[in-house]
Amino acid sequence: MSKVLYPVSKPGAGAVGKTSTWRWQRPVINLDKCTKCGLCWLYCPEPAFEINEEGYPVVKYDWCKGCGICYNECPVNAIEMVNEE
Amino acid sequence: MSITSRVKKVLTGNHATAYAVMQARVDVIPAYPITPQTTIVEKLDEFIENGLLDASMIRVESEHSAMAAAIGASAAGARTYTATSSHGLLYMYENLWWAANARLPIVATFVTRAIGPPWNIWSDHQDIFTLRDSGWILFMAKNAQEAYDLTLQAFKIAENPNIRLPVGIGYDGFYISHTSEPVEMLAQDEVDAFLPDKRSIKPLLDPSNPYTIGNLPEASFNFLIRKNMWGSMESSIDYIKKVGYEYYLLTGRNYGDLVDKYRCEDADTIFVSIGAMANEGMVAVDRLRSKGHKVGHMALRLLRPYPEDEVIDSIGNAERIIVMSRAVSMGKGGILFTDLIDVVYRNRLNVDVYDIVVGLAGVEVVDNDFIKVYNDVLDGIFDKRETIFLMGGKYV
Repeated sequence: MSKVLYPVSKPGAGAVGKTSTWRWQRPVINLDKCTKCGLCWLYCPEPAFEINEEGYPVVKYDWCKGCGICYNECPVNAIEMVNEE
Repeated sequence: MSITSRVKKVLTGNHATAYAVMQARVDVIPAYPITPQTTIVEKLDEFIENGLLDASMIRVESEHSAMAAAIGASAAGARTYTATSSHGLLYMYENLWWAANARLPIVATFVTRAIGPPWNIWSDHQDIFTLRDSGWILFMAKNAQEAYDLTLQAFKIAENPNIRLPVGIGYDGFYISHTSEPVEMLAQDEVDAFLPDKRSIKPLLDPSNPYTIGNLPEASFNFLIRKNMWGSMESSIDYIKKVGYEYYLLTGRNYGDLVDKYRCEDADTIFVSIGAMANEGMVAVDRLRSKGHKVGHMALRLLRPYPEDEVIDSIGNAERIIVMSRAVSMGKGGILFTDLIDVVYRNRLNVDVYDIVVGLAGVEVVDNDFIKVYNDVLDGIFDKRETIFLMGGKYV
């Protein structure tokens, strides 16, 4: 008898493969405006943001679906949604 | 009083089932009442209140929630049981499939009952056959003793780490659920020795090693989940037989045979039916045999996985098979017939198969119905391509 396959996964980046192919717009952060508040990282429904050593948000484009929530939430309009080619 | 030695009691099918569930020492019973299943969980509630069973009875607001709670409990590693019928089963339906795909070893009793409208509480097998393709292992008992015996075996089969599929035991509403007959019960220590240790159930939910269940994967993973279930289903047959044989050594009651053959050895004609009406079929066989007809009967005790090898073996050299289904696939045929005809075709068996639908909505099926169909088959009045509906001794 073969091993039972369970429909379980460890939560984390990439459990569903690269979800970036769903994206038609990408968030681009203007670091000159960014206040390092971290709201983009907090609201992102995917683990598509990380905070770098200097405290700035970095988008992980492999997992970003381009939903635009970060763009919507940024209090200083530091995020722009740019069309994918 | 817990059952310290073997005892024979006069029990309804529902109470026989409740005793088996109590003796299996289940942990969690999420339940919602529906006729004709209700007296199972009522009895279990009584066992809990009287201190005979240390289990949580979760009183939910619907069958959908009952199975959702069962999924949660089973995923946490609890031995979990519930029961339902008909519309309750349909209301539970989404989560019944969820339980199967998540490989949760839940045991449930499906006391068969017609589906409305019009409203109807009597037995037919349409409800349990809605689970045919789901991944539930499905048994069909034909008396209260089988209901008791199969319930105990069900826990052992479901919890096997190489199978891990939910198991359902069906039996006819009222004919079996509410009529009483002598049932021999095992002593508690015999049941404890027969069943696996509950602590060996692999929990899917483990706080020290967190996983999510049922999250979105790549499509190919879903495909492999179903393919993996297929493999477990196919290979479960050997284990189901092994458990049945072990139970036979314990009790003398033979469950190693997944098809209950009755006088099939030299038969040229074999009836096929399941559940309570199989008893009528066997009476019909005795009556026809007494007049010199070579007839036999096979009752499928296991519906899924389909016991193909045993069915072929039972058919032997028979020339014709008369399949009496108490459930119909609309626009196709009697469900037992469509299952069997596939076996006949794939194995190129040289046998005529007749498709008779009887007993829908609890319309009585008696030995005379089997005999009438047999005589009419011999008289050649049927077109084999037709699905024949027989109601109360008349074709309709």
